[in-house]
Amino acid sequence: MANTGWDEFEIGAMLRTFEGEAGDIAGTLQEDRNYTQNSSFSASVADWRIEKPVFNKDFCIDCQFCWVYCPDLSIISRDKKMIGVDMDHCKGCGICVEVCPTNPKSLLMFPEKDDEEEVIAGWPEKEKKEK
Amino acid sequence: MAFDKVELKDIEVWDGNFAASQAMRQCQIDVVAAYPITPSTPIVEGYGNMKANNLIEGEFVMVESEHAAMSGCIGAAAAGGRVATATSSQGFALMVETLYQASGMRLPIVLNVVNRALAAPLNVNGDHSDMYLGRDSGWIQLDAYCPQDAYDMNFIAFKVAEDHDVRLPCMVHQDGFMTSHTAQGVHTLDDDTAYGFVGEFKPMNDMLDFEHPVTHGVQTEEDWHFEHKARQHNDLMTKVLPKIQAAFDDFEKISGRKYNIVEKYDMEDADVAVVCMGTSVETAREVAGEMREKGIKAGVVGLRVVRPFPFFEIAEALKEVKAIAALDRSSPNGAPGMLFNEIAGCLINTPANPMLSGFVYGLGGRDLTKKHLVEIYTQLQANVDAGKLTTPQQQFIGVRGPKLSFL
Repeated sequence: MANTGWDEFEIGAMLRTFEGEAGDIAGTLQEDRNYTQNSSFSASVADWRIEKPVFNKDFCIDCQFCWVYCPDLSIISRDKKMIGVDMDHCKGCGICVEVCPTNPKSLLMFPEKDDEEEVIAGWPEKEKKEK
Repeated sequence: MAFDKVELKDIEVWDGNFAASQAMRQCQIDVVAAYPITPSTPIVEGYGNMKANNLIEGEFVMVESEHAAMSGCIGAAAAGGRVATATSSQGFALMVETLYQASGMRLPIVLNVVNRALAAPLNVNGDHSDMYLGRDSGWIQLDAYCPQDAYDMNFIAFKVAEDHDVRLPCMVHQDGFMTSHTAQGVHTLDDDTAYGFVGEFKPMNDMLDFEHPVTHGVQTEEDWHFEHKARQHNDLMTKVLPKIQAAFDDFEKISGRKYNIVEKYDMEDADVAVVCMGTSVETAREVAGEMREKGIKAGVVGLRVVRPFPFFEIAEALKEVKAIAALDRSSPNGAPGMLFNEIAGCLINTPANPMLSGFVYGLGGRDLTKKHLVEIYTQLQANVDAGKLTTPQQQFIGVRGPKLSFL
């Protein structure tokens, strides 16, 4: 792409989603689809995120709340098991953290620069209910 | 859903608006999204009436503004349909943002623009302010001088815009009221011939092609924006005029009516020429004939295609002319008129060295009378006789009070 000339692309700033035909989209997982380099699945649209959600699977109950509520389809879940966050598409809105029902939460927001292993090592303890 | 065809008489008495409505009906448009504004309202009103009477199969979408009208057209065109609408003046101004989207996305929408002045002061009558506002928007702009042209140019517009080598939107301009509301005899095409000329719509990169999904309306920053704009300008500059000429040639075969990218009248031996657009061309033609009876070799050049500007064709038409008047029906607001500038531009690097004077006329529907044109031709001849410009380069014609001129 970088060396493509001024008249070597398709007109209209139009981008193709797939190489060739789409085929059986509904029956094919995202990672197995033949996305083009230009598609918004392949390209990162998350440059402006300043806080990121970190997933700690030790406390996750696979309730799928985060998957349901994420406005950018950025929660990766397979066979109803939470796998992680698609960081190329997550904008850092924090909704997944808000809706997470576990104690402590299985998703927490941290500054973009923080190291994931370090923040998981320092994950908060379970909060005791006040009677 | 089946729709009924219409048996037209060979000659119908139509105004420019209804001529455009009928042409739109005959082109079998998939989607018209429209919002009414004087003087273009009867185009979509007439079209809606035909829709209600089952003469049209396509969708008619009533929207809440001209911005929404063109946005709806863009969506429908990206989805993969034949699309058109109509507007004027303030409505056109509200569309401007989306006009650039349509051309940048290479969507072949046809927009009938019934030319009207831009406020303030508010004015519903005809001048070319809205046409001039659109001239950098990346659209093809065709100009009709009378209802017959308004009918015919719609077919040319669809044919050229939808060509896969072009894929650029196209405006068809007609003068507010002078053309849009003046009924004249219009030679018609029968429904099958008309539809046969524009042909079945051939989609390209359409969103409704589910086997080949596409993203339309993407963002490109400094990394790619310039390349897209260069490509668009290249196609407008190099591909469109040959396609328009081919469409004119094909149209002549089915209709017997011959159109040219630049219309020339009495230009074979002309010493003095007026360059203008719209209904003024017809007035100027009449006056040029009368000036010839007085011994002044007068001619008229009319632009049929405003964008892409027919740079070499205009230069060729004017190469032997000694004195030229560029008539701009839009206030240049701080510059020479558009036609003055464009004509100067296309002649500057040629051997031709004519005297060029600019005239601003007809703002807000002020009539351009034969007397005005006699005055212009007389001035041009005086310039020829004196061998130099005898007046300022920019004059106002038909404005009240003492003579107004600049430059």
